[in-house]
Amino acid sequence: MAAATASRNGLRSALPLLAPAYLWLTVAIFLPLSAMVFFSFMTELPLSGKPWAFTLGNYAAFFSQSLYLTLLLASLRLGLEVTLWCVVIGYPAAYVLAKVLKGRSREAIFLLVILPFWSNGLVRIFSWAMVLREGGILDTALNAMLPFKINIDLMYSYPAVIIGLVHSYVPYMVLTCYLTLQAIDDSLIEAGRSLGASRLQVLKRVIIPLSMPGLVAGAALIFVPVVGSFMEPRILGGRTGTFYGTVIEDQFVAVFNWPLGAALSFILLAVVLVILAIASPVLRRAA
Amino acid sequence: MAGVQVSNVSRSFGAHKALDDVSIDFADGGFYALLGPSGSGKTTLLRQIAGFDFPDSGRIAIGGESVERVPVEKRRIGMVFQNYALFPNMSVADNVAFGLSVRGEAKAVIATEVQRALALVQLGKLGGRRPHQLSGGQRQRVALARAIVTKPRVLLLDEPLGALDKALRVDMQIELKRIQREIGITTIFVTHDQEEALTMSDRIGILRDGRLVQEGPPEEIYNRPKSEFAATFLGDANIFRGDTTGNGIRLADGTAIAAGAGATLAAGAKASCAVRPERIRIATDAGAPDGNANILKGQVSKRIFAGNNSTYFVERAGQTLKVIVQNTGMERLAEGQDVVLRWSPESTVLIAAN
Ligand SMILES: Nc1ncnc2c1ncn2[C@@H]1O[C@H](COP(=O)(O)OP(=O)(O)OP(=O)(O)O)[C@@H](O)[C@H]1O
Ligand SMILES: [Mg+2]
Repeated sequence: MAAATASRNGLRSALPLLAPAYLWLTVAIFLPLSAMVFFSFMTELPLSGKPWAFTLGNYAAFFSQSLYLTLLLASLRLGLEVTLWCVVIGYPAAYVLAKVLKGRSREAIFLLVILPFWSNGLVRIFSWAMVLREGGILDTALNAMLPFKINIDLMYSYPAVIIGLVHSYVPYMVLTCYLTLQAIDDSLIEAGRSLGASRLQVLKRVIIPLSMPGLVAGAALIFVPVVGSFMEPRILGGRTGTFYGTVIEDQFVAVFNWPLGAALSFILLAVVLVILAIASPVLRRAA
Repeated sequence: MAGVQVSNVSRSFGAHKALDDVSIDFADGGFYALLGPSGSGKTTLLRQIAGFDFPDSGRIAIGGESVERVPVEKRRIGMVFQNYALFPNMSVADNVAFGLSVRGEAKAVIATEVQRALALVQLGKLGGRRPHQLSGGQRQRVALARAIVTKPRVLLLDEPLGALDKALRVDMQIELKRIQREIGITTIFVTHDQEEALTMSDRIGILRDGRLVQEGPPEEIYNRPKSEFAATFLGDANIFRGDTTGNGIRLADGTAIAAGAGATLAAGAKASCAVRPERIRIATDAGAPDGNANILKGQVSKRIFAGNNSTYFVERAGQTLKVIVQNTGMERLAEGQDVVLRWSPESTVLIAAN
């Protein structure tokens, strides 16, 4: 009873503080999103001047063509793979940052990790294009070092898409894991080792479970946008880079079928939400 | 169970010598207190014994086996941390089970051992709780149960009671001592609290600036301090400085102070005498002459009442002396009163100047 009153009082006093955030959310996210929901049920875009009517056809289109489902599955797989690579690369990096490095060297490495954040996404992707293509930086460098001739042309391939996406998104994983790892008291590690656990056992039984919230948050931050990504697949993937996200993008910028694009986006959103809803209790139990 | 020998151990951090040629023999089954001011190297010494950190030079042996390059997890020690360091992601029982479970013991064995350890620290019913659902004292008991359930050779505690309030601390002191006796484990205990060190331990080691100043049973260190530092750090002491006469010292104003204990020094050398405040008798007159007692005249400048006793501050030749008197209901002395202080040479310890 007392607790309920206290929390209600807390809410009332917090309201003025929350108001700007909610206003911003309404204007920047909720309104455009509602407009998109609205569009997704139309035959034509009302702004185009053509006659329009309500329809479920845009959603039906997803189910009538197996291509959409195939692409959605490919995108989900892409999201899963990129997320896994981000864990494999980002978690150890976060561990070293939080638990091994101290002082200035930590700051310097930290800066390097978040540097990709500050560079323009397109610049980042085209730089990769220069590195990965035949006769590009990687190809030239490897051939200069190795005694035999090899041909490296990763450009316009699935691995190129993965590399580009992992590079773009790994900082999220490093940051979220760094935050949870840093909050773990070093004396827990020492306590574990004093009880006879090797470093690996301490990692498995103490550190990873305690940093699970960071891993989950990082995974969610990466998985969701990667499933809908279109820039990296398009530029680095070329003809192999057709994914669910690129199809949606086409509807908006090439075909100008906004209603279909909107419907495809909401199907993606629903699928992703279902996946997160199923995954989060499982992950929480694992932690 | 095993003793611990620390021989000539040094450890520096940069130019700072955190441990400087420290040697101590911790006998099997003993309860040791490491005492010293902040930054004196207590934690550093404990970490060398535990194996979290390795000495630059010197030897450390546990049960006769050299361990100075053996990592923590192979040393079979138990450690209790000041902040408890319980695993927040595990229940109390899983915390206690951790050491056995990483060793790969059978589930049934683990369950009985954990229950026995929890019963030993009187927490038998709380195995299912999470650490954050426990009080400070209970957490410390869990930490202790977790440290001893693996049957370590040595139990190391770094200010384990530092975060507890006074009353709980006294309870835990008794409890810890009981458990230590019951399992007979060699215990090394770091503390800031001199009273804790005096009441709990069989032997005390006093550290200062990374050096071992003195080591021995509590009574010996208290009654026979070997340095002014030891005299004033463990308990309270009045220190007189002067030149050695052979069986005492002569102060600058010519007064002789006889000492019945302490160092034997060549006459003429600089030296000090230490006397505990509770050993001095204070009176308004000289009383019957008494052969060899040390007698000084002074004036009461202040009295502090502390319940069962009072401390008098007595001014004498520019020095403030402390006298502690039991409050037995006798007349009390007023501030400003002239008094005579008297104590026996046996209560006076001669200390070489440092
Ligand atoms: N890892 C380290 N790096 C640098 N200096 C250190 C390190 N560990 C300890 N020191 C220094 O060594 C000295 C002894 O430290 P230590 O922690 O052993 O003191 P302590 O006696 O435990 O003090 P306290 O009672 O405050 O805990 C201190 O001057 C400390 O600054
Ligand atoms: Mg310390």
